[in-house]
Amino acid sequence: MHINEKDIDENIKWAEINKDVLKSMENPRPAYWVAIGLCLAMLSVAVVAEIYQYQTGMGVTNLNNPHMWDLYIATFIFWIGMSHSGTLLSAILHIIHADWRKPIYRFAEAMTTFSLMTAGLFPMIHLGRVWNMYWVIPYVTDRGIWPNFRSPLVWDAFAITTYLTSSALFLFIGMIPDLAICRDNAKGWRKKLYTVLSMGWRGDDRQWRNFRKTYMLMACFLIPLAVSVHSIVSSDFAMSIMPGWHVTSFPPYFVAGALYSGCAAIITLFILLRYFFYFEKYMTIAIMEKICKLTFAIAMVWTYLNLIEFASIWYGHDMVSKELLISKFTGPYSFWFWLMLFCGSVVPFMLAFKKYRCHMPTMFVVSLVLNLGMWLERWMIVTPTLSLSYHPFQWDVMWPSVVQWGIVFGSFGWFGLLFLTFVKIFPSVSMYEVKEMVYHRKREAGSAASEEGSAAPVKNEEGNKATPSGSGTPGLEGA
Amino acid sequence: MSLSNLLNDWTRYRQGIEEGGFHDYEHIFGMAIDLNKCIGCNACSIACYAENNLAVVGEEKFAKDQGMHWLRIERYWDEPDLGADDQEFQEHGASFLPMMCQQCNAATCEPVCPVAATYHTPDGLNAQVYNRCIGSRYCSNNCPYRLRYFNFYSYYETSWPAPLDQQLNPDLSVRDKGVMEKCTFCIQRIRVAKDTAQREERELVDGEFTTACAQTCPTSAIQFGDLQDPNSKVSQLWKQYQVKLGTTEQSKQNKELRGYRVFESLNTEPCVMYLDRVREV
Repeated sequence: MHINEKDIDENIKWAEINKDVLKSMENPRPAYWVAIGLCLAMLSVAVVAEIYQYQTGMGVTNLNNPHMWDLYIATFIFWIGMSHSGTLLSAILHIIHADWRKPIYRFAEAMTTFSLMTAGLFPMIHLGRVWNMYWVIPYVTDRGIWPNFRSPLVWDAFAITTYLTSSALFLFIGMIPDLAICRDNAKGWRKKLYTVLSMGWRGDDRQWRNFRKTYMLMACFLIPLAVSVHSIVSSDFAMSIMPGWHVTSFPPYFVAGALYSGCAAIITLFILLRYFFYFEKYMTIAIMEKICKLTFAIAMVWTYLNLIEFASIWYGHDMVSKELLISKFTGPYSFWFWLMLFCGSVVPFMLAFKKYRCHMPTMFVVSLVLNLGMWLERWMIVTPTLSLSYHPFQWDVMWPSVVQWGIVFGSFGWFGLLFLTFVKIFPSVSMYEVKEMVYHRKREAGSAASEEGSAAPVKNEEGNKATPSGSGTPGLEGA
Repeated sequence: MSLSNLLNDWTRYRQGIEEGGFHDYEHIFGMAIDLNKCIGCNACSIACYAENNLAVVGEEKFAKDQGMHWLRIERYWDEPDLGADDQEFQEHGASFLPMMCQQCNAATCEPVCPVAATYHTPDGLNAQVYNRCIGSRYCSNNCPYRLRYFNFYSYYETSWPAPLDQQLNPDLSVRDKGVMEKCTFCIQRIRVAKDTAQREERELVDGEFTTACAQTCPTSAIQFGDLQDPNSKVSQLWKQYQVKLGTTEQSKQNKELRGYRVFESLNTEPCVMYLDRVREV
């Protein structure tokens, strides 16, 4: 129990870290293969549904005149949202030097990239004429036609492609030193792959210096980008005039929701990876507790922004929005709306209790429930507005067809397949950063011990030094 | 694109905002629909089907709200004290609202289309380019009137079995699945009239062109014409009922002024004016 209270056991040998992580790329538990099979089965459902929809037309989704968007757009926002926490862990926590992120940021970053790749599919799937989707990209033609730069959908296309490129690049850059370790230990096709990808990494001083600079630069670039991406996605709704969509607080609300569902997804994947790859030593309960606390904080922010939205509609003078809000609570969608509030705002209180935070099976279920709540949130943003908007003649309630559910269901298989393939081929725990962490922790522990043992004058000396210059030795300050 | 074009457009744009009413358009085609005269016979809707090659989707899809009726007669029932609970004469309490695309001058559908498939013509019409549409359906979501219709299936395959395809209007296209469509104010008829006028080197004359619905209406409830022509029937009606483009100012106290536009408060500047029905309660 004592060991679990530390983020990581500082006495792990560096060679042991290498061995453990490299082993994860070879011999996962059988459950891993079961998961792969499950994902393939789910994906095939979506592929069949998509082929049918492509051949027949959008009508098979049960979409109709008031409901031109439904689950596809809701799930699109869900996946975009999920991608945000990878950036939170890898970039924001990197900049503020929260080093407990180090064992877990790699898979979170991979989650970012793959959930973006999943999200990017949905605007295409939902298009009536998907074969013309490249028209939203500004490219030079002899016809001289440009996309409509006023449309938030065009901004979406820019934002998502930029974010996908940069987060994939960030993932790759952060992996280079680890790829070199893999290269040195691999055989066969893996050797060739890692040789190309590690880009001649030798680990000399110049390379490390350039690496640190690039990594920091990318981190600084990614943070505003991540915030802007989900703000832009929110403007798909906020820029329209429909009641329930035209809400000023949508950008921060979406970003908070994004971080929330992303953190919940990190908990899910944390538990899965820990189980699949025997990562108990690196993905410790202490780190789990920290993500849980973070998730709880974000859940409260999300709840608060929800209340702001309700209050601003309630006390505003827009009768249509107010009626829509009332009908969300009492009307045809009330069950889903209350379920969303329950999953999103009540269930996270379980994260406030240490007993639950430390219990992996409970946390697995809770994190899935949180994400269910976040998915429902997106659905409750998109659909009720369409069902009950300005024109009472077109009020209608629609239940999505099997085709829509199938594609939404299959997108989880697609994401899972990408993710599971990634963690099998690439190191899902950052070896070099865990080594750094272990090193710093050991020095901290050592200096704390020596401070305890040594006499008072040493402390005074340090205090005198610290006041004028303000810069102590890094690594010693935290002790 | 040259700089002068950009600057000219900018001046025009500023003018449109400051003056309101979009005065610089050559034509602004508009409508006036007198609900006192509307008997809810649906002839306008049928005429629209015939003129604009609207697909007949069948009962099942229509019930799923996947129909393609560009012009729909909306039927509203009065409160019970106005006669709706009268078992013998239930129709007594019905009132009708023919709704077609309102051709808004500040159309909410236009800015959101990612590929600019819907845009404003210099005639003040809200046009839809079928070939450019990629079917994102954002325009329909942002239309407060819900008057845009999407081709959910390849309706043409079943809509007009063998001899019926001979009656399709050759002046406009038959749409395939995946594109949005809506009322165009019979732009093909306007185009013919404009071409004739140009050939004969004269201005458009009020009454030489009209939409299929206006032509068919047995009670002449629908009037169609050019709002920029001060002598056209439509602009006379708009003037008479004090409905103006670019403003929602109107004396709502005066019961004689029956003119209104649907969701005027949203400032979408629709070009269709309705004249309120007067009831003999």
